[in-house]
Amino acid sequence: MRRMMMLAGLFALSALPIRAQEMVTDFVLGNGMQVVVVEDHRAPVVMHMVWYKAGSADEQPGVSGVAHFLEHLLFKATDTLESGEFSEVVSANGGRDNAFTSYDYTAYYQRVASDRLELMMKMESDRMVNIRLTEDDILTERDVIIEERNQRTENSAGALFREQRSAAQYLNHRYGVPIIGWRHEMEQLDLQDALSYYEQYYAPNNAILVVAGDVYPDEVKALAEQYYGVIPANPDLPERLRPQEPPHTSARRMEFRDPRVAQEYVTQSFLAPERDSGDQKEAAALTLLAQVLGSGPNSVLARKLQFGSKQAVYVSSFYNGVSLDDTTFDLIIVPANGVSLREAEDAMGAAIEQFLQDGVDPEHLKRIKMQLRAEQIYARDAADSVGNRYGRALTSGLNIQDVQEWPEILQAVTEAEIIEAAKRVFNPDRSVTGWLLRPTSNQEVTQ
Amino acid sequence: MKHFVAAAIVFFAALPARAEIAIQDVVTPNGTRTWLVEEHSIPFVALELRFKGGGTLDAPGKRGATNLMMGLLEEGTGEMNAMDFARAAEELAADFSYDAYDDAISISARFLTENRDQAVALLRKSVVEPRFDQVSIDRVREQVISGIRSDDKNPDRIASQTFDGLAFGDHPYATSLNGTEESVGALTRDDIVEAHQNALALDRVYVSAVGDITADELGRLVDELLAGLPETGAPFPAQAQYRLEGGQTLVDFATPQSVAIFGHEGIERDDPDFFAAYVLNVILGGGSFDSRLMTEVREKRGLTYGVNTFLIPKDLGSLYLGSVASANDRISQAVEVIESEWARMANEGPTQAELDKAKTFLTGAYPLRFDGNGPIANILVGMQMDDLPIDYAATRNDKVNAVTLDDVKRVAKRILRPEDLHFVIVGQPKI
Repeated sequence: MRRMMMLAGLFALSALPIRAQEMVTDFVLGNGMQVVVVEDHRAPVVMHMVWYKAGSADEQPGVSGVAHFLEHLLFKATDTLESGEFSEVVSANGGRDNAFTSYDYTAYYQRVASDRLELMMKMESDRMVNIRLTEDDILTERDVIIEERNQRTENSAGALFREQRSAAQYLNHRYGVPIIGWRHEMEQLDLQDALSYYEQYYAPNNAILVVAGDVYPDEVKALAEQYYGVIPANPDLPERLRPQEPPHTSARRMEFRDPRVAQEYVTQSFLAPERDSGDQKEAAALTLLAQVLGSGPNSVLARKLQFGSKQAVYVSSFYNGVSLDDTTFDLIIVPANGVSLREAEDAMGAAIEQFLQDGVDPEHLKRIKMQLRAEQIYARDAADSVGNRYGRALTSGLNIQDVQEWPEILQAVTEAEIIEAAKRVFNPDRSVTGWLLRPTSNQEVTQ
Repeated sequence: MKHFVAAAIVFFAALPARAEIAIQDVVTPNGTRTWLVEEHSIPFVALELRFKGGGTLDAPGKRGATNLMMGLLEEGTGEMNAMDFARAAEELAADFSYDAYDDAISISARFLTENRDQAVALLRKSVVEPRFDQVSIDRVREQVISGIRSDDKNPDRIASQTFDGLAFGDHPYATSLNGTEESVGALTRDDIVEAHQNALALDRVYVSAVGDITADELGRLVDELLAGLPETGAPFPAQAQYRLEGGQTLVDFATPQSVAIFGHEGIERDDPDFFAAYVLNVILGGGSFDSRLMTEVREKRGLTYGVNTFLIPKDLGSLYLGSVASANDRISQAVEVIESEWARMANEGPTQAELDKAKTFLTGAYPLRFDGNGPIANILVGMQMDDLPIDYAATRNDKVNAVTLDDVKRVAKRILRPEDLHFVIVGQPKI
């Protein structure tokens, strides 16, 4: 069943629309593959993406990094393409291609002239089921992902700290395991590990096709049916039930020391609910809480700690509700010169305590909502990012309606709801506090 | 009043007919030249301002002044302090960003049609009448110093700063435009005011706009925006002399993966061989997955996650650089492969097949860059700064296609100089 949605702007507060005026169409192929088309006819360019509802958090214990390893291996040979030929063909057609892996999804994309869409579908549908890997591919590409881990993680004290914090945050859920994998497990990944993951998760009924740009839904539908529609669904696709977190009942504290630390800082994270299909209100309140508390010079924490007491060089808060399972609400404070980590942590705690008593400044919230409405206009200039937004949401347990209702849900959040959500999320028993430090001089000698 | 000096319709032959972008050359009533693409389907405008000069205009002993000055433009103007200014921008849902580079400073803005006049008035106050109050200087200075300290512990930054230092001696290009902890720590308010007068002058400004605005409206907007800036700024420094020879420099740094920056002198943007060099670089290591270096170092040997090369034609000197990172026990192997590929390309040049592939890639990818008001405004202002003609975008693919195999082979011999190739390696490589 195909639905056409051309959303008219709803007006409130100012002339800006609340709802997106995107031209989004979605339908489902006979084999269960979902398709989303975002139209933007200003330039003859298209973004073609396939998103799999499988990421690192869907891996089996012991093979961390295999989702990302497989993503690399999908650029090797298939029945009809030689190793490396996929990207060569994209380049030869003036396009760019790449892929990315996260906890909840793996996605492949090509950005090309819109008249090359068919060729992209032909190749992408081919590697959904036809890769042919050799032992040699495995050994060389495993070295590449280990160098990738070296570059992204091992060479950065901040990245190693982040990895340890996630591990401390999640006792049982795979969000505690790095997407790229633990090094000792990556070193053992083999052909069979990659193929097991591939055979289990790479199937049309576990994938979402997103096409954004100068295309019409009818042509996308015809092509999608021709190339993706003929691939049989995987009848053994497991339900996506992953080990969940037990109740967090004790505050966790950690210190990470590394001689490469230039600037010490404190982070705090709290287990927080994510956006659930049909139930996004709490996540909306947390999204606005992150804005009110720690985004920009007028946010509560910046006003108090950067401009007021001058105890912080930088302070911020983050929350991203797009996640299949429970996520986190994060705080960071980088202390000013002469302020200790202990003082910085206490000052941040006191500032939040005060905020819970004072409440949200209605003028501030009004400005944030104005910016969110303007974002709907700016977003029309970037069909790719609209496509990305749908891809992430649909692989994280949300549906099209959830994505389209989200802006209105954000606009409806009240000051009181933000404070209530803050009181629920800032539960010390569910916190992980991390200090990133230089080694003491004693330890440095032994490094 | 509006003067149309020229209008160019860019037409990408490789693509359907709708791929056209009409670039208008608009001279404002006060005489500032701006390039405009009208795009009325979405009610906002992306505006780009560039002032030539950038970090190279720092006065002797005042390294970091231009960068700190740019960080202070959004920190208050007139009666408004930093928070008031941010609040005003939030109310308008306008975005402004201010950046400093070696050869230029940039101011980027996007604002809605419904409150365009107010947004531009606010932007003008920050650009023309910044407050530079001491409390803001001290706060932003501490942020900059925090960044400098982080750079000093970051192997990538250590590598590129070491290379620049060795390559450019006492020219501003030799040091980071952020300055050092000492130089930034010593900057006074007077230094910041001077940096502002040096950098933001009408004799070096470039403007482009894309979006929901007409040429008349843009002319008035730009004049209003720039009113009050001085006519002339500081003189530009002399050309930089490249002084590094072939070899290796090792910077000992305790980290598991060594990072290398390598290269030698490059080629100027206005050199007649620049196009051939540009095509050559795509074949050698210019960022696509099937460049020679990616194939040899990553795909065949698994020695790295990424190896890339870049032509860097700066205003006062040019570099041809590359970067690679490999575990400490593998970096020497990666360096060997790169050295041998550098020499092989210099001697033999690419094959006809490689050249053809690079051309299809470059010509096909070019129109894909014109994807949105912001990116197009960026491209236009860059073209102006490079002194390219207004029809450049329409002829650029023809220039790529005109490059012959003989051209690339000749230019490979000319610009790739294996004996001058210098590697700066940061890490603890095992030889």
